[in-house]
Amino acid sequence: MTAAPAVSIKNLKIALPKGAERPYAVDGISIDLIPGEIVCVVGESGSGKSMCAHALMGLLPDTVSTETGEIAFNGGNLLKLDEDGWRDVRGRHIAMVFQEPMTALNPLMRIGDQMMEMFEAHNLLTPKERRAKALGLAREVGLPDPERIVRAYPHQLSGGQRQRAMIAMALALEPAVLVADEPTTALDVTTQAQILKLIRDLQRRRNMAVMFITHDFGVVADIADRVVVLRYGKVVEEGTAAEVLTRPQHDYTKALLAAVPSMHPPVRAPLEGREKAVEVIGLDKTYVTSGGWFKPDRSVRAANEVSFDILQGETLGLVGESGSGKSSVARLVMQLIKPDRGTVRLGDSDLTKLTGRALRIERHRIQMIFQDPFASLNPRRKVGNIISDGPIAHGTDAKVAMQRARELLGLVGLDAGAMERYPHEFSGGQRQRIGIARALALDPEIIVADEAVSALDVSVQAQVLALLEDLKARLGLSMLFITHDLRVAAQICDRIAVMQRGVIVELKPTAQLFASPEHPYTRELLAAVPGQSAPPQAA
Amino acid sequence: MKAFWKSMLRHPGGVIGLVILFITIFIAIFGPTIFPTSPWRMVQRPFLPPFTNPAVLLGTDALGRDVFAGIIYGARVSLLVGMVSTLVALIVGVPLGATAGYFGGRVDDALMRFTEFFQTIPSFPLAIVLVAILQPSIYSIVASIGIVSWPPVARLVRAEVLSLRTREYVQAAIVTGQSNSWIIWREILPNALSPVIVLASLMVATAILLESSLSFLGLGDPNMISWGYMVGAGRTVIRQAWWITVFPGVAILLAVLAMNLVGEGLNDALNPRLAKGSR
Amino acid sequence: MLSFVAQRIVKGVVVLLAIVVMNFFLIRLAPGDPAVVMAGEAGASDPQFVQQLREKFSLDKPLPEQLLSYVKGIVTLDLGFSFRQQMPVSKLISERIGATLLLTLTAFAISLVLGIFFGTLAARFAGSWGDSAITAAALVFYATPIFWLALMAILLFSVYLGWLPSFGYDTVGANYTGLAYVGDVALHLIMPAMTIGLFFMATYTRMTRASMLEVKRLDFVKTARAKGLRDNVIQRRHVLRNALLPVVTLAGVHAGTLIGGAVITETVYAWPGIGRLMYEALLQRDYNLLLGVFVVCSAMVLIFNLITDLVYRLVDPRIEFAS
Repeated sequence: MTAAPAVSIKNLKIALPKGAERPYAVDGISIDLIPGEIVCVVGESGSGKSMCAHALMGLLPDTVSTETGEIAFNGGNLLKLDEDGWRDVRGRHIAMVFQEPMTALNPLMRIGDQMMEMFEAHNLLTPKERRAKALGLAREVGLPDPERIVRAYPHQLSGGQRQRAMIAMALALEPAVLVADEPTTALDVTTQAQILKLIRDLQRRRNMAVMFITHDFGVVADIADRVVVLRYGKVVEEGTAAEVLTRPQHDYTKALLAAVPSMHPPVRAPLEGREKAVEVIGLDKTYVTSGGWFKPDRSVRAANEVSFDILQGETLGLVGESGSGKSSVARLVMQLIKPDRGTVRLGDSDLTKLTGRALRIERHRIQMIFQDPFASLNPRRKVGNIISDGPIAHGTDAKVAMQRARELLGLVGLDAGAMERYPHEFSGGQRQRIGIARALALDPEIIVADEAVSALDVSVQAQVLALLEDLKARLGLSMLFITHDLRVAAQICDRIAVMQRGVIVELKPTAQLFASPEHPYTRELLAAVPGQSAPPQAA
Repeated sequence: MKAFWKSMLRHPGGVIGLVILFITIFIAIFGPTIFPTSPWRMVQRPFLPPFTNPAVLLGTDALGRDVFAGIIYGARVSLLVGMVSTLVALIVGVPLGATAGYFGGRVDDALMRFTEFFQTIPSFPLAIVLVAILQPSIYSIVASIGIVSWPPVARLVRAEVLSLRTREYVQAAIVTGQSNSWIIWREILPNALSPVIVLASLMVATAILLESSLSFLGLGDPNMISWGYMVGAGRTVIRQAWWITVFPGVAILLAVLAMNLVGEGLNDALNPRLAKGSR
Repeated sequence: MLSFVAQRIVKGVVVLLAIVVMNFFLIRLAPGDPAVVMAGEAGASDPQFVQQLREKFSLDKPLPEQLLSYVKGIVTLDLGFSFRQQMPVSKLISERIGATLLLTLTAFAISLVLGIFFGTLAARFAGSWGDSAITAAALVFYATPIFWLALMAILLFSVYLGWLPSFGYDTVGANYTGLAYVGDVALHLIMPAMTIGLFFMATYTRMTRASMLEVKRLDFVKTARAKGLRDNVIQRRHVLRNALLPVVTLAGVHAGTLIGGAVITETVYAWPGIGRLMYEALLQRDYNLLLGVFVVCSAMVLIFNLITDLVYRLVDPRIEFAS
C-alpha cells in the first residue's frame, strides 16, 4: 500500500433533507482509492454506500447537500468544481457502472452510438475512430459478435450483455477510477460470476482504482482487496479483505458475516418413512403470446413434466435462475394458474380437478408466502383484517378470527398493537412476518414460500429464515421453498430440486447435492456462488 | 382523508379550481332562486351595452334579454350535463374495463375491440350525429356525450385492474379462498379508484366543452338556456355587440379551467409519486 | 413493415364497415320513416324522391337486405344524394375535403412544433417564472372553447385591428393568380389554423413538459451525465427523444378531436371544408349528407391513426415489425 491514492475522500458529510430519519446520509467518511486496488464498500440498505459512489461522480440528488469534507483528486478538490469542471472529470477520469443494466441504457439508441458518446462528450477522436474504438471495446469486454452488437438496441441484449456494454463505456477513456454501484445485484448468479471476473481482470490490466459498492459479503470475498463497512452513514470497520472477513473486530461486522448463509448445509434429521404431504406429477405449462393476425404465436414452456413430492415436515427447495420456471411452478402448485397437464395431490384430493367453491374450501390446506413485502399486503386494509380475512371467508366467526390473528402476530414476533395499523407503517422484515401470519391463519399443512427472503437485507433475512424454520418445526408444516440463492437453500432445505428452462434437472438431498452435483448446470450454479474462494491477500 | 385535504390544499391551482367550482355549483343550485329574472324574458332594449344599467349589469342581447341572467341559468346546464354525462361514461366504462381486466383472455379481447372501435370514431362528429338524429334535448345531449366519452374510462380501469390483478396481495386473497366478487370489490377496485377519480374530474371539463360546442352549433336543448347557445346566438352580431359572446365564453372558460385545476390537484393529492415529477 | 401496414389497413376497413353498419341503424333510431329521414326536411316533401330512396335502399324489404344494399352503396363510394344541395354527397365532399386537409394539417403542424418547443422550454427551466407562464397559458388555452376563441380572434384581428380577413378561403372577386393567390389563401388560413392549433398546442405543451420531467429521472439520463456529456446534448438526445414517444401516441389519439375542431372552426370562419358542410347538413337536417361526412371523417381519423402508428414504430426500436 505504498502507491499514492488516486482519489481520497476525506471526512465527507452529506446532509439529508429535513424530516429524514437521520440528519446525515454520509457522516464523516474517509476512503482512499489506490491504483490497482478494489475497495469494497459494504452495508445494508440505507447505510449511505450508494451516496458515497454518487458523490464521487458529482451526481448526488438535488435533495441532499455535501456539508463538509473533501474529495482530493489530481491535487484539487472535486467538491469545489463547477458543472463544467465535473463534466471534464466524469467519464474521463472517474467512470461509473450502475446497478440496473435494464434501465441504465437509452432504449432508443444503438449500443455502439452510446459507447461513442463517451469520446464525443470529451471531444476526442473523429467519428470514424470513435466507431472503431467502440468495436474494440465491445470486443474487450467479451461481448459476442461485436460488429452486430454495436448496431443493436439495448432491448435486444441480455442483462449480462448490457452490463458488459456499460462496463465497456465506463472504460472507454481509460479512467483512473471506476465506481461500480452494485453492478451485479440485478444479475443471475452465473452472470454475476462472469461480470465479477471481468471487472477484476480489467482492473488488473489497467491498474485502475475501483470503488465497488455491494451488500453481499460473498461478492466482497471474491473481489475485494480492501473493505469498508458502513452503517448509518458511518464507517464501522475498515481493513484488508483478509482481515475484515476472517477477523472482524466490530460487532456489527461480525453480525453481518454471521448472517451470511454459508455453503455448508447443516446436518438435518432424516425424514424417511413419513407420509407424502404433496405429490406433484407431470406438471406442464406453456405460455403462448398471441402474435396478432400475421405473426406466428410465441410460446414459452415454463414447466415441462415437473414432478416431485414433499414429505410431511420436509422442506423442499426449488432453485433456479430467472426464467427457469420456478415461480411458475409455485403458482401451479397453488392453483393460481391452471396447468396444461399434470396433477397436484394433497393427501387424497387432487387440486387440479377442483374449481370454484370446492377449490376455495380446499385452499386453506396450502398457503403461500410472497416475495415482495411491499406488494403482498393490501395498502388499504388494516393488518388485523389482512390476517383474519382468510379464516372469515372460510366461515370462522369474526371475533374468533381476530383473536387468532392477535395470537399469530405474537407467534411471528410482532406486537398485538399491529392489528389496527396499516401495512405502510412497517419495515420490510415486519411486513414479511405479517405475510407469514396471514399464511398460518388458515392452519395449512403446506407452505409455499416464493423467494420469501430475497428482498430483505442479510441480517433480516437470517431472522426471517430462523422464524420459518422454527414455525415449521413447531407446527409440523411441510414447505416448498423457492429461491435463486443456493446459500439460502442450503440452510433451510432437506432436499433441493434444481430447475433450468422449465425442467427439474437434478433433485437430491441437500448435503448430497452440494457434495456431489451430477448435472452440469448444477455444477455451474454451485461454482458461480460468490464467496467460495479464500479471501485474496492484500496487494 | 385528512392527509388528502392537506395535500390538495397545498396545491395552489387546486385551491383556485375548488373555489371557482364551489361558486359555480352554488350559482347552479341557488342562482335562479336569488336571481329570478328569466333569461328568456325581454327586460330592456336590445343591444344594451354592459355596465351602463346596474339592473342589467352585463347588457342585453339582440332580443333585449339579460345576459347576466343567461349566465346564471346556464351554469345549471353546463354542470348538469358535465357531471351526469361523466356519470354515464363511468357507469358504462368502469364495469366494462373491470370485467375485461379481471377475466382477461377472450372476454378481454372482445371488450377491448369494442372499446377500440368506439375510440376510433371521431367523438365530436359522432356526438353531432347522435344529437341531430335523436333530436336535441338535455337527455340526448347527456346520452351522446356519455357515449363518446366512456372508452378512456374503460381502458384506464382495465389497465389498472390488469396490473392490480397480478399484485401479490390479490394473489394472496385468491390463495386464502376469497370469492371473485370480494376480490374485485375489496382488493382491486379501492386501489384502482384514485386514477379513475382524477380522470372523471378531467372528463367533466371535457363534457362541459362538448356540451357548449353542441349548443353553439344549435344542438342545445331548446328549453334550457346554455352558455354555448348564448355565444352561438351572439355570433352573427359580434361586430355590434361583443358582450353577448364575450361573457358566456368567459363563463365556460372558467368552469372548464376550474375542473382541470381540480383534476390536477386531485392527481397530485391521490398519486403522490407523479406529483414529484412536476417539481 | 409491409405486412404491418397491410394488417392495419385490413383492420381499418373492418372498423369503417362497422361504422357504416352503425350509421344504418342510427338512421332507424330517428323518429319517423327512414326514407323521409334520409331525404331530409326539404326532400321529404317530394314524394317521388322519397319513393326513389325507398327503392334504392330496399326499404320495403326485410332489414338484412336493407343493410346489404346500404353497405353495397357505400362500398362503391356512393354516399347517397343530397336533395338540398341537388348533388351527390360524394361529390360535395370531394369538392370540400381539400380545404379541410389544408386546415387540419396546418393546425396540426403548428400545434406539434410549437407545443413541443414550449413544453421542452418549460421542462428545461422547471420551476422558473418562464415555466409558470407557459404552464399557465397552456392551462388556459386547454380550457378555452374553440368556437369562442375563434370569435375573439375575429373581434381582435379583423374587427378591431383589421389585420386579417374574418371569413372564407380566399378573397371573393379578387381573382388572384399564382403566388398572389397562395398568399391570399395563407392570409385566410392564419386565424382558423391558429384557433385549432392553440388548443392542441396547449395539449402537447403539457404532455411534453410532463413527459420530459418523467424521463429526466430515469437511469439512462444519469448514465449520460456520468459520461460527462453537455446538458444540451443530454436534453436533446436522451431526454427529448424518449419524452416524445407519449406525445406521438397522444397525437394519434387526438386525430378525432382535430376533426371535431375543424367542424367548429370552419363553421365560424366560413371555411369551405367538410366541417362546414357538416354544419350546413345539420342546419338543413340533411341526414344523408351528415352521415356521409361522418363516414369520411372516420376514414380520415383511421388514416391519421395509421400514420402515427407507423411513426411510433419508426422511432421506437422496441416495437418490432411483424416479419
